[in-house]
Parts: sequence; C-alpha cells; structure tokens
Amino acid sequence: MAHDNASAFTYAPAPESRAVVDIAPSYGLFIDGEFREAAGGKVFTTLSPATEEVLSEVAQAEAEDVDAAVRAARTAFPAWSALPGAERGKYLFRIARILQERSRELAVLETLDNGKPIRESRDADLPLVAAHFFYYAGWADKLAHAGFGPDPRPLGVAGQVIPWNFPLLMLAWKIAPALATGNTVVLKPAETTPLSALFFADVCRQAGLPRGVVNIVTGDGSTGAALVAHEGVDKVAFTGSTAVGREIARTVAGTRKKLTLELGGKGANIVFDDAPVDQAVEGIVSGIFFNQGQVCCAGSRLLVQESLHDELLDALKRRLTTLRVGDPLDKNTDVGAINSAEQLARITALARTGEAEGAERWSPACELPDSGYWFAPTLFTGVTQAHTIARDEIFGPVLSVLTFRTPDEAVAKANNTPYGLSAGIWTEKGSRILAMAARLRAGVVWANTFNKFDPTSPFGGYKESGFGREGGRHGLEAYLDV
Amino acid sequence: MPSSPPQSASAASPLADVTASDAALRRFLHGLPGVDAVGLEARAAALGTRSIKTTAKAYAIDLAISMIDLTTLEGADTPGKVRALSAKGVTPDPTDRGTPPVAALCVYPDMVAEARAAVAGSGVKVASVATAFPAGRAALPVRLADTRDAVAAGADEIDMVIDRGAFLAGRYLEVYEQIRAVRDVCGTARLKVIFETGELSTYDNIRRVSWLAMLAGADFVKTSTGKVAVNATPANTLLLMEAVRDFRRETGRQVGVKPAGGIRTSKDAVKYLVMVNETLGADWLSARWFRFGASSLLNDLLMQRQKLRTGNYSGPDYVTVD
Repeated sequence: MAHDNASAFTYAPAPESRAVVDIAPSYGLFIDGEFREAAGGKVFTTLSPATEEVLSEVAQAEAEDVDAAVRAARTAFPAWSALPGAERGKYLFRIARILQERSRELAVLETLDNGKPIRESRDADLPLVAAHFFYYAGWADKLAHAGFGPDPRPLGVAGQVIPWNFPLLMLAWKIAPALATGNTVVLKPAETTPLSALFFADVCRQAGLPRGVVNIVTGDGSTGAALVAHEGVDKVAFTGSTAVGREIARTVAGTRKKLTLELGGKGANIVFDDAPVDQAVEGIVSGIFFNQGQVCCAGSRLLVQESLHDELLDALKRRLTTLRVGDPLDKNTDVGAINSAEQLARITALARTGEAEGAERWSPACELPDSGYWFAPTLFTGVTQAHTIARDEIFGPVLSVLTFRTPDEAVAKANNTPYGLSAGIWTEKGSRILAMAARLRAGVVWANTFNKFDPTSPFGGYKESGFGREGGRHGLEAYLDV
Repeated sequence: MPSSPPQSASAASPLADVTASDAALRRFLHGLPGVDAVGLEARAAALGTRSIKTTAKAYAIDLAISMIDLTTLEGADTPGKVRALSAKGVTPDPTDRGTPPVAALCVYPDMVAEARAAVAGSGVKVASVATAFPAGRAALPVRLADTRDAVAAGADEIDMVIDRGAFLAGRYLEVYEQIRAVRDVCGTARLKVIFETGELSTYDNIRRVSWLAMLAGADFVKTSTGKVAVNATPANTLLLMEAVRDFRRETGRQVGVKPAGGIRTSKDAVKYLVMVNETLGADWLSARWFRFGASSLLNDLLMQRQKLRTGNYSGPDYVTVD
C-alpha cells in the first residue's frame, strides 16, 4: 500500500522461505508405487507464474503410460476394495496426518507452482486438504450407514482429471472419497500445476499405501483425453472448463462409466440495502479476488440493490486500494499471479471486451511486477445482463457490477445464466435469506459470507456448471455402485 | 484535521436533526447497517496475520510506545506510585534516550495534580478517568463534579464512562445528553468516551453507541475500562475504527480510537496498528488519533525494542518496574 505521508506504515518484505521445499530437477510418472519415465521419453516444464522461472521438468504421459497406470490400478483394486473399511480408513488418516506435518512445505510448493499467495495456500488450501482426508477417513468404515444400502460397493478404477486453480485441494476432493469407498485411482493433474500431485505421490509412499492404489500421470489435454477414454476406467471425475466437460461427456456417453463433472460458474453475489455493509465488502473481495478470481464458484457478478449502489461501490473501491498485489511468497500478499500466460491472455481479452461494450473499468493504483503473469484487481460498473463480461466466465480478478431493484429482479438476474454453481446473499433479514436461497438455482448458496468451504458440505452445480456432488455424505455416491 | 468544538460540529453537521428527539435518535441508530459478527471477527483475525518484520516492526514499536496511555487505576494508588509511573512515561527506557515518551499518564482525578507536576515540561499529557469510573453509577451532578475536579487539577484529557444502564434500557437521548453535559464541563480537555463494550455485548450495540458518542461530541471513542471480563478485542476495536471512518466521511470531523484493557504484548499492539493502517490509513497513525490504554504493554514493547537494537533478548530485569 503506498502512502505519500511521512508517517507511513510500510510493511517490510516478509517472504516465506523456499528452503522448506526441495524440488527435483525432473519428475517421472507415479505408476504402481514407483516413479518412472514416460514410455516415449517426452517431458515438459512447469513454471512459477510469478517469475516465469522453470521449476522442474515433468514427464509427458502418453496412451501407453496411461494404459500402464490404469492396469496398475486394476491390479490393485481387488485387494484394496476387499480391505475392511477401518483398514482403508487407517491409511487415509495416516495420509491426512502426513499432509498436516508437511503442510508448510506443500504450501510453499503450491504457491510456487500456482502463483497463489502463501497466505491462502497456508491458511486455506492446506488445512482444507488435510480436513478432506480426515473427513473421508471417518466414512471408510461407516459406508453401511451412509444411506446407500447395507453394503455399498465401489466402482473400480476412477480416472480423475483436475484443474490448476487449487491443485492439491482438487486432488483431495477427488482422491479422498474414491479411496474411502474402496476404489483405486489414476489422477491427472493440470499441465501447469503438476508438482503438488507428485509430492502427494511421495506422501502415499510415506503412508505405506499399497502399490497401484494411487497413480499419478502428468501431461497435457491429450493425457486427460486418453485417461477418460480408457477401457479400464469405471468412473470419470472431472473438474475444469465447461467446454472440456462437454467433450468428456461425449467420450463417456454409451459406456458403463459413471461420470461427475464440476465445471464453470458465473456466481452472483447479491447485496441488499439492509446488508451488513462492511462485511459485505469483505465478502465481495474474497468472492472475486480469492485466488485471483480463478475459482469456479467465484462471485464474479455483484448484484447490488440500486439504492445501495453508490455507497457500496465507494466502500468497495476504498477497500481495493488496500489490497497488496505482488510476490506470492510474501506473507502479506493478498493477490498473487495469474496461473499462466494463456489464462492471462483470456482475462485481458475479456476485460477489453468489457470496455469495448461500454462498461466502466476501474482498478486501484498498483504496481505489477515486470516478469510473470499479472492482472490488477479490476471492477466494471454499469454492466448489464447483455454484456459479455456478465455472461462469460472470466476466471480472473474481474468483477462485474450490476444493479437490481426488487428481490424478484435479483433472483431473475442471478438465475439468468447458463451456469449454476454458487451464489451469495447479503442481508440482515433472516427470512429474506431463506426465501432467496430457495429460489436461486445454484449448487451452493452462501448467506452473509462467500467462498467458505468445508469437507462436510456437498459442492456441485446446476445446468452447465455440471452434475454430481463432491464433499459430505453426498460425495460418497459418486464413487459407489448405487 | 483539527477536531472542532461539538456545538459548531453539530450545527454544521448534516446529522444535526437526528438528535432532535429520542425517537429521531433511535430511528437513526437503528438504521445504521447491521454488523455480521462472523464476518467482523474474520476480518479482524485476517488483519492479525500480517507479518510485520525488521524496519516495519521498529517503526510500529516506536509508534505504539508513543500511543500509550500509561495507566494506573487502583484503589491503592499513591503519590509515589504516580510519580514513578510518570517518570517511566517520560523516559520509558533509561538505557536508550532515543525511546519516545508515551502519549499520556492515565490516573484517577485525585491523582491528576501529582501527575501534572511529574510530567511538567515533557509533552506527556495527563488523562483522567472521571464520571464515577468505572461503573458510572452516580447522579449526573456528581459525575459532572468529578469531571470538573479533574479538569481543574490540570487534566488534558478526560476518559468518561457512559451510563450503560440507560443505553441498554434504550434511553439513547439521555446517554447523548449526559455526554454533551460532560463535554461542556471539559472545556479544552479532549473527551474520550468509554463504552464498556463487554457490557453492551452485541456488535450492533457497539456500532450504535459509537455513533451516539460521536454525535455528542466525543474526541475519542474507547472500548472499555479494563475493569470487566471482556475488554478491547480486535473485533470490537475494528468496529470502532469503521465507525470513526464513516463518521468523518459523513461530517468531516475526525475522531480518535482507544482500545483499552487486555493488550499486553508487542505482537498484539502491532496487530492493532495494522488494523489502523488498513482501515483508517495514515491520518490516524499518530498519538493524536490512536491510543492504547495499557500498563504492562510498555515493558514488552521496550524488551522488543531492545531486541531489535541489540539482537538479543534481555529480560524483565532489564526494563524498569514502576
């Protein structure tokens, strides 16, 4: 934060040490309990998006490698699924504890590979990752009481493809319920953020997890496509863009494979004129600037009651001037780097479209680093439902501000999107919260808060945001033959 | 920005009519935006995770020392105790004369003259609690007389307590008028209004009482007496900060904030300064606009200061006990 005042309280750099994490110069694929090179010998590099520094070289899995991974998972399945639930639970508890013990290392790694602030990887991602494993560890020996019959059976081999925005957390959301229910796993992390999944492979070894129960194949979109199309996969779980989700649904159609998709969103954060304003401002900020807005359930549309618009926007702009953008490893950074050049280009293009279509663009004064991928926190006012930036998922730190007059209009506008993943309601009136929540077609509706997650709470979408639920008791269903 | 006298402030204020009647004041206070407790506490906690190191820490420690209202409010206070504390306030660290003095000594009215003499010429102010501190349970004329005594003895600042009973019973205008009456007898002394937030209990009450006190001419809003179970917390202090920020935007008049009670470590003090910095900004980062009501905090700040200067932790025997 810049002050020209002589008595300015300027925070000295407070970088988290990189020494806690030891990144190898290259990584292989984790198949059948061992790291191995890709059969074709191909590799790709993974960068730190904050500096464009090369972090490591990672194997590019091709069809032959995917096949080996699926075979390893098939081989491991009979013994793993035959283990008593309490035994599987022990492994999961062990993994959860190791993740907690190594949380600082993994947080720094995640921040390096993804670009998110260490404050978030340390205080949000890693605690949630461990919590997810603890939660599903508890279910492993109680499946008979989950409401899916006396002895629900696993599906077999789960092929899982995850995105780059919360690499380790999305891994936890996928792997923990799959293992708890007795499935084995082949997981493909995103091309730009493979490292934490490879470190997780090491956690599995440390926990003594039987060979082949978890396999990690790294690569680009073709690796993911090979995995979901593989004959030996019984269950496909995907989190990512709606376009890729559609392709996967086409691939899987007509096969025995069970499918869950968690796709894009264009969440509405609805602020009524009787809202707790200061807390609403915080909720708007965490709704769209948490993880640089690269969150599928981001509150990317602010729907504010017209009578509160000017006051709220003043307060919001004042708050945005205090956001600290920069080095993700600095413990005082609030907004880090965009994950990739490709994503930055997409955000930049959509913001330009917003301007071209006549919305008013505003950003706080902030100095962006010279190297790396950066986008200043941005808000657009004067946005209507007709604007591209009110309809397309931007997946970046860009907020579109729209207004409404009545609760009916708020509901109509909030629901007027092909997506339906998240929504937020801000009002001090409890009855209004309940009435609104019942009418919003969104998988998760937050009241007087936003972007809060808990392993006990199911998460998933309506419409083009996908189907199936992750988390909670509901999350078991996706991995059981029911 | 200088604080203007309350009369002219309310005359010029766009909010002048909200204190015209009990009903108008009630409508105004109840019309303030509500406070979501979970969100408020989460924001205060998040600001507490800032990492303040090296030069920033040195700056914050000196600033915190200069903002302390060094306090002794015991039945056992004696002239000797007050003189010792005054010497400590003027020269907190005899081994390093570069250490800034504290903002003020804070004592009971009958000790004001002693403190006044002891800090004479140092720039350290004398603050006195008044109005039948800490309960405030005395007739208004008694509370006013208490205030007049303190001012006559040379107090630069008066820390009054509000009538929590009247506030909780919903007699807002009565509380307002009592603050106005105390304000009137303060003369040129700056008035700090203590809410005893631990007794008002809800955040909505704390926001309302902050506005009530500012409308009545408070120069400072202050969380607590230090005499009850719950005193200053990051969340209730943040709420006071939001109130003074919004009040200046509405009226142009700047009001100070003083958390008191329970702030004992440098780490805690720095967290409060981060909160000032990111909620109110540089305008409030001076002893004129922000104070800590504390006694044991000073020695912890001095130990941290010595650590930064010498690289070694000294220990409680290397700071003075007063």
